[in-house]
Amino acid sequence: MRTFYTWFCIFTTVCTAAAGDVLVALAMRRIGDLGDLRRRYGFFATIMRVVSSGVLFGGVFFMAVAFFSNLIGLSWADLSVVGPASAALTFVTNALGAKFFLHENVDRRRWLATLFVCFGVLLLTWS
Amino acid sequence: MTLRKYLVILSVVFFGSIGDALLARGMKHAGGIDIHHLANVFSALANPFVIAGIFFLLAFMFSYMTALSFADLTYVLPATAISYVVMVLLSIFWLHEHVSPQRWVGVGFIVIGVGVVAGGPSRTEHHSGRVADPKAVEERV
Repeated sequence: MRTFYTWFCIFTTVCTAAAGDVLVALAMRRIGDLGDLRRRYGFFATIMRVVSSGVLFGGVFFMAVAFFSNLIGLSWADLSVVGPASAALTFVTNALGAKFFLHENVDRRRWLATLFVCFGVLLLTWS
Repeated sequence: MTLRKYLVILSVVFFGSIGDALLARGMKHAGGIDIHHLANVFSALANPFVIAGIFFLLAFMFSYMTALSFADLTYVLPATAISYVVMVLLSIFWLHEHVSPQRWVGVGFIVIGVGVVAGGPSRTEHHSGRVADPKAVEERV
């Protein structure tokens, strides 16, 4: 039963982490390069611009859910199982989310890198 | 990609892996959480390792957001996957977990994946103006 709970936590972590990553990436794209903004407008204006983004807080909310789900999973299984298993699946869902929601150019190089990392993480998990 | 941007990517790796290892150590001290008493997860927040882990993960979040402000999600995620290699090293030397040869092969695949993505462009240019240009956002700030 503990295995079922662990994988349920991993599934929850993957879905909410992907939603969080996509929303945070969308927010940061809209805000712009923080380094450039800080040089132009100063530190506090940049911070105000970041914290006034509703999309960012939506992303942070999903990341918080992923965090607590991961935290519970870590109490049931090793870091070297929960961490990589969640990450391997999150890489694929994030790549799909980035392609279809963020319209990023996920070319052959990025898919290859994603699959290499995903496969590597799976080997870490199921050894 | 400038040196500053590479340092931001490295800080994502550093804070993320150390933060996860601190959380893992803290949660092992806190013990298992029963599915019928999920609220007990909040009691784990009193553990110093969990607190330190949360601070490291806050620093990770700031670095991660900075990285996403100048690079694509599909660039940042594979590029920062080297943190799993760091996690494996921390698992060995700090958490005293066993790491088999198969896991080392996995580490090799991750390193290759990171090398593949790091050689490409970091940003998709959207000619419709979706990538925020500092000049374009000047009026909004």
